[in-house]
Amino acid sequence: MKKNFFFILFLLSIFNYSYGLEKNSVLENKIAKNLRCLVCQGQSIYDSQSEFALSVKLIIKRKINQGNSEKEIYEYFKSQYGEWILYEPEINKKTIFLWVFPLILFAFGGYLIFRKFFIK
Amino acid sequence: MKKKIILVLVIITLSFVFFIFYKSLYKKNYYVPQNISKKIISFKAKNLYTNNYLNSDQLLLDKKFTVINIWASWCLPCLKEHKYLMKLKQNNNIKLIGLNYKDKKNNAKKFISENGNPYDLILTDEEGVLSIDLGAYGIPETFVIKGKKILKKYIGPLSQTNIVEIEKLISK
Amino acid sequence: MFYTQLGNYSLVFGFIFSLIIFFFCFKGINNKSKKIETNIFSFLFLQFLSISLSFICLIISFVLSDFSNETVYNNSHTTKPLFYKISGSWGNHEGSLLLWLLVLVFFVFIFSLTSKKHPKEYRILTIVFQEVIIFGFISFLLITSNPFNIIFPTPVEGLGLNPILQDPALAIHPPILYLGYVGSSIIFSSSLAALTQNYINKSWASHIKKWIISSWIFLTLGILVGSIWAYYELGWGGFWFWDAVENISLMPWFCLTALLHTILVLEKRNLLKKWTLILSITTFTLSVSGTFLVRSGILNSVHTFANDPSRGIFILIFLFILIILSIVIFFFFQVNDRPTIKKSFLFSKETAIMINNLFMMYFLSVVLIGTIYPIILEVLSDNRVSIGPPFYNKLLYPFLILFLIIMAFGTKLNWINSTLPKVRYINFFYLFISILISIYIVEITETKYLFSTVLFGANFILIIKTTEDFFVKNNNFSQNLAHFAFSIFILSILLNGVLSKEFSANMKYGDEIKINESSIKFVNLETINKKNYKSIITGFQIIDKNGKIENFNPEVRIYNQPEILTSEADIKSDIFSDKFLVVNLLKDDGYFNVRYQIKPFMLWIWTSIVLLSIGGMLSFFRRV
Repeated sequence: MKKNFFFILFLLSIFNYSYGLEKNSVLENKIAKNLRCLVCQGQSIYDSQSEFALSVKLIIKRKINQGNSEKEIYEYFKSQYGEWILYEPEINKKTIFLWVFPLILFAFGGYLIFRKFFIK
Repeated sequence: MKKKIILVLVIITLSFVFFIFYKSLYKKNYYVPQNISKKIISFKAKNLYTNNYLNSDQLLLDKKFTVINIWASWCLPCLKEHKYLMKLKQNNNIKLIGLNYKDKKNNAKKFISENGNPYDLILTDEEGVLSIDLGAYGIPETFVIKGKKILKKYIGPLSQTNIVEIEKLISK
Repeated sequence: MFYTQLGNYSLVFGFIFSLIIFFFCFKGINNKSKKIETNIFSFLFLQFLSISLSFICLIISFVLSDFSNETVYNNSHTTKPLFYKISGSWGNHEGSLLLWLLVLVFFVFIFSLTSKKHPKEYRILTIVFQEVIIFGFISFLLITSNPFNIIFPTPVEGLGLNPILQDPALAIHPPILYLGYVGSSIIFSSSLAALTQNYINKSWASHIKKWIISSWIFLTLGILVGSIWAYYELGWGGFWFWDAVENISLMPWFCLTALLHTILVLEKRNLLKKWTLILSITTFTLSVSGTFLVRSGILNSVHTFANDPSRGIFILIFLFILIILSIVIFFFFQVNDRPTIKKSFLFSKETAIMINNLFMMYFLSVVLIGTIYPIILEVLSDNRVSIGPPFYNKLLYPFLILFLIIMAFGTKLNWINSTLPKVRYINFFYLFISILISIYIVEITETKYLFSTVLFGANFILIIKTTEDFFVKNNNFSQNLAHFAFSIFILSILLNGVLSKEFSANMKYGDEIKINESSIKFVNLETINKKNYKSIITGFQIIDKNGKIENFNPEVRIYNQPEILTSEADIKSDIFSDKFLVVNLLKDDGYFNVRYQIKPFMLWIWTSIVLLSIGGMLSFFRRV
């Protein structure tokens, strides 16, 4: 029973669920780092000083103050600009292969190595 | 036998990769997010001249066509498209609203007095947040709206062809 | 003008020499005469000379600001400082390809010099395969990307070089990186040649091992220099962004690291022949694919070269010819795997190395799929997704934990060992200490995740074990140093990740703002005109709670040709942390966006990678 609990805890912590409240500016920066600056070449909103990025940072700050959650803020920008603006690809039908391919490869490789020893 | 299967798999993967790379060479490198048929989020904006707040609900009446053009005095391409906007002003079926983006009031007013006012109404977006509510990310951008729905979006300065398109769209 | 033409002719001569070398190689394959070998050697040398001459001519053209040369016109300017005129010659598409070519011909020449003890057929075939690659590159250069095109009339002034590229670190970054990439071409050619000659065995392994190690050292250092440049020059305080071009340099590195370990198994135990071959082919394939992806304009990145689909087609076809060639050879020729010495056991060093490879391949696949998935998705469905740091962190960190632990104990295993290793109780003590330190770190940084504790714990176990190794009798010092350096590297980036602090605000001259117990004051502002830019130098004081003042002078530069704005951060480094202040000009008159960061252990990050390379260098010179 305890083992299951720790295992689930371990899985949860891998996926970064926070157990406490994050200070506002830290959260602002975190969100800004996860959004792509659409008028720049490969910079995040956090790093960019373009007008667009500055306005986005302002919106992030306001939405946090209004009580929006991190997820809601990402949803807002996604609805305005598409998935392209988020740096973390979601896990959906289109991207499942992306997330799962390396894991499958690892399992397959592990199986091959395993076979070398135990099946003679 | 196993060797043959592996060989076939490898060939299939390589053909796929070749196909992808080949096709990708001819794709556009910039991404244009299209939000056709999107509804406008309600907004409040200040009138450039009167400083009164106006609500989007008052402005965007059902069944009426509105064109929102995002511009600024410091934006060179906006100057380029200005004469086409003047042409659009002559069409009485269109309500042309200018959204002044991240600009100083005096500079905006000067731009208008020097070049002419194509707009029926000029609103200000000093912080740039309204433009994001519309889904814009740069200027100039132009939205053709019917009621509260976005029919078409233009990124970059308007050309003569665009004006013709807009008028055609309105006349339908 | 003269040098441009001379450079062009030298290039053409290099092409002709290629054909001559092919001729002699084919003649020499079943021929007993010694003369053929000397001929091949002479022409390899001549080819090296002509391409060197070509490259020197390009540099001279840049130094003389010969704008009749199209490449010089596009990338240089009379006001550029001399050092950057020189480095500008390889800081553009055409010039960098000429550099690739130079290293290719240089390495094949070195190969012919240093492989005399090996079978003639093998050497000749390696040279043949290498010349196929050289032939492809020269053709590519001459047809689509000639650095010696002449434009008429001669322009008076050039278009300039992007000022962000005018940096010493970036000047040496391509040469070092290419030494790594191109080294992998020899490994590729040599592997294919060895396969056809049934020469994949211990003696081949010892010899190719030197090439693998040197390639690896250069690639490691090349990536390091690139990161250092990004950190100091791009002004964002980060050193790795999982940007497409960075990923492209990292992928061959994973492959090469795996190969580095696998070749040991081949050398000691004559095993894993097929896998060695696959890795050799994959490493070079990744290098060339990388070249394709970066120069074809497919990728969206901070570091892109000019976009040109026609160049892309050429490299794509060339790449696939090489791949098809290697696959045909791989499937057609049998690898001689005699079953008698084959036995491997669970707790042997061979297993540990295979597991290392498994992890390397996993890391490789994560970076690979992250880099090309957006391309695939866009071609197939017109949808775009962005794949950034969150993706890579999520997939890599959990596996890093396992990797660190296995690395800590894997090196202890012996070759051909079938017995369970003895349990040494001191290891439990190490485990206990590691967890204790980790919990302490997690507590003081408020990360409070079980995950961080485990990650730090695994890291500390590796550090302790590799330190312990230095005191073992007859230890393999170069290996210990490399593994120890890697453990310190991971520690540095983890600590840097959790301990970094940042502050940002918009300030104008005279402002003072409080940051926790310190304050930052904008005390100075002046404008100076320099040779090819206008410099706005700002002065800031960071005053800590004891009243101690530290001065920073970040700069904003407005270049004239081309018109670009850059920010030069002021970075104060000491052993334990870097203090990083950067400003950006804002539209509102007189206001600057000020960003102050404290980044701990940056010097440790750079130093540990240098140590890692030194470990490699020591291994290179080891007499085994």
